[in-house]
Amino acid sequence: MTAVAELARPTVTGLTGTTSLLRLAARRDRVLVPVSALGLAGFVAMSAQATFALFPDLRSAQASMAPTLANPALVAMYGPISSLGIDSIATFKSVLLGGVFLALLAYVVVRRHTRTEEESGRFELLGAGVVGRRAALTAAVLLGTLAVLLTVVLTVALSIAVGLDAAGSIALGVSWLVIGLSWVGVTAVAAQLTSSTRGTAAWSLGALAIAFLLRAVGDTAAGDSPGRFLSWLSPLGWGVKVSPFGDNRYWLVVLGLALYSVLVALAFSLLERRDLGSGVLPSRAGRDRGTMGTAGALTRRLARGTLVGWGVAYVVLGLALGSIAGSVETFVGSPEVADMLRAMGGDAGSITDIYFATELHFAAVGASALAIALVTRMHTEETTTRAEAVLATPVRRARWALGHVGLAVLASAGVVLVGAVVAGLVHGADAGDVGGAVGRLVGAALSTLPAVWVALAAAMLLYGALPRLTGLAWAALIVFLLLGEFGDLLDLPEWLVDLSPFAHLPALPGGAFEWTPLVALTVVAAVVGGAGIAALRRRDIG
Amino acid sequence: MTSAIQVHDLRKTFGRTVALDGLDLDVASGEIHGFLGPNGAGKSTTIRILLGLLRADSGSATLLGGDPWRDVESLHRRLAYVPGDVALWPNLTGGEVIDVLARLRGGVDERRRASMIERFDLDPTKKGRSYSKGNRQKVALVAALSSDVELLLLDEPTSGLDPLMEAVFREVVREFRKAGGTVLLSSHILSEVEQLCDRVSIIREGRNVESGTLTQLRHLSRTTVRATLGDPVDAAQLSTLPGVADVVVTGEHVTCTVGSDDLGRLLEVLGAHRITALTSAPPTLEELFMEQYRTTSAATS
Repeated sequence: MTAVAELARPTVTGLTGTTSLLRLAARRDRVLVPVSALGLAGFVAMSAQATFALFPDLRSAQASMAPTLANPALVAMYGPISSLGIDSIATFKSVLLGGVFLALLAYVVVRRHTRTEEESGRFELLGAGVVGRRAALTAAVLLGTLAVLLTVVLTVALSIAVGLDAAGSIALGVSWLVIGLSWVGVTAVAAQLTSSTRGTAAWSLGALAIAFLLRAVGDTAAGDSPGRFLSWLSPLGWGVKVSPFGDNRYWLVVLGLALYSVLVALAFSLLERRDLGSGVLPSRAGRDRGTMGTAGALTRRLARGTLVGWGVAYVVLGLALGSIAGSVETFVGSPEVADMLRAMGGDAGSITDIYFATELHFAAVGASALAIALVTRMHTEETTTRAEAVLATPVRRARWALGHVGLAVLASAGVVLVGAVVAGLVHGADAGDVGGAVGRLVGAALSTLPAVWVALAAAMLLYGALPRLTGLAWAALIVFLLLGEFGDLLDLPEWLVDLSPFAHLPALPGGAFEWTPLVALTVVAAVVGGAGIAALRRRDIG
Repeated sequence: MTSAIQVHDLRKTFGRTVALDGLDLDVASGEIHGFLGPNGAGKSTTIRILLGLLRADSGSATLLGGDPWRDVESLHRRLAYVPGDVALWPNLTGGEVIDVLARLRGGVDERRRASMIERFDLDPTKKGRSYSKGNRQKVALVAALSSDVELLLLDEPTSGLDPLMEAVFREVVREFRKAGGTVLLSSHILSEVEQLCDRVSIIREGRNVESGTLTQLRHLSRTTVRATLGDPVDAAQLSTLPGVADVVVTGEHVTCTVGSDDLGRLLEVLGAHRITALTSAPPTLEELFMEQYRTTSAATS
């Protein structure tokens, strides 16, 4: 009788086994979580220290930074500066960027232990044991929350340790807590809505992109415009509005906790409404016949959803870039500032040009992410043994790989061009020269592509030669991005900064066009990518 | 008789693990060849080398007269492969997968596609992620059988199929052979192999242990004889007969095993004791298989 009672009880809470699942999950993430937390905390501390070293006295910092920090291009990327104190300047770039990385960490942790597990069927193995219905989601949410808390505590501690103001450091922690917890909740819900890992990724990363754009538009809107309200619709906006080292609005933590509670509760109520392995959104019946007849057609078809998503994202990005451009000149009126920005951007032309050149380079980094995602799909195909099914037909490996590489080349060029054309149309309509604006931006966008190809080729080489390390392609892209962002600030040696292909791009529009670096990047990409395909042809598959 | 597959002294290691350790395999054109061995014996590795997915460290493999590593394009037009654990693209329907794989192989045989979908009772409009394991297996089987090929490489193709579908599978494979096709069927469902295969190869730890027709293999093995006798027989007397072993006498019942060459002598002796009932069972494939493993593991240890 007692045995029956003990067996019956767990079904009431559905939480039986949560601790063992949590321990298992924590064990699987024992490297990822601590390393990411330390990395993010270190990133704040190191860039703060570097800023202190760069500006020994506050006045020089204010004089040189203040106008730059008001530049809408920078506000769109990093949010408005909290104050003109040295602490605020020292953390200007890390608050929002670090918050986004923390949101990504929360997303990765929660997704890994919910939808990914379920899709791979490993859950059934566990679910058949004594594990309650809610245990897995509870364990994933707890681990995600712990990862966020660990990062926040480490960051606050390290910030205070390197000499940042204690009250502001705690506010920075609050800002990240709001952002991190929000994406624990967003991912928990996304994992219930869709029945695939990729669907979960689309929902939670899509939400992140939308949140970023909402606050970018809101933060750059003119002071009295109703558009400023948009930032309040975005958890990333809340994180910025905490204003660490400025107003230190601790109370905003309430918004973060409220959203977190609502989303987690929603995730659990969705969990009650669905079967294991499925999502709330139903999987519909499809066509009984296919039209694809080549490996390339199959590759394109499998990437369709991704391509549409990125296309839409870049249209929105182009709209945002183009509409912000109009206010750039008014923000930065004085000729001294213009001179300084010109000095920063090399021999570039107008302030608007410098703005577009900076943003197009970011757009190119984004397009590289798309290219890497499309190339590394081959790795997913191989590890799931789906590649085998294709390679057991007369399709040669080189051809299969070229299909993926070709699609990545076209798609990354496509999104950058879409972004440039849209931005050009919007800005051109504003400035009264649509043709000119579109032409200049398209030309500038084209000039960024060789750097994208190098990132793409690096992914191909990793997959071809060292398939187990394919994921390093992402690490490489993040390093390229950080080198470009922080190379000067951290005073890194030039050869190190030059490792990034994006460091060699001419500053267009406005700057001088140079063939040499572009041709060199293209040659490097061709050689590296070719080596990757050659390596793939020689190795074992699977 | 020509060979569809000829493998000689094939070796393949993964790191420190030796997957194939001098494997020989000979599959004649037009036969269904059973490829037996426990998990980890090297069956899948062999098939993946034959598909040109893996490169052998040494030894030779010839497939339909070509080199499986180099002649990928021409060879793969003439063969189809079904793995034991089929992974489908989650957002493509079964019908789309069947069509793209068959087209990549050179074209869809519409009549056969329709008939296979009907016989395997497959719903081709479902998305890959919503198929059960058995249904994923059916998608791969229909895809393989919907194009015009001469060789089927099947790696435990019926895992997950229900008994009805297993029967359909056996029928379909027999028809394929009747039409002149060759089949390499890796399996550890011994009854399936016993019913389907013309010849079998048994491998263990990457090496060939035995191959031949079932009759040949049986010949090498021992027959179990059970008899009920009118006049009791002395167990010791029976044991002295050449080729007889495992003698158990309980009252009028006697059980023993005997090599096929010595069966006649044994029956003569038993006949003298007034046989009232007699069964003589040739070894099943399962017994053969177990015996091969017992003897080789005894030899290796």
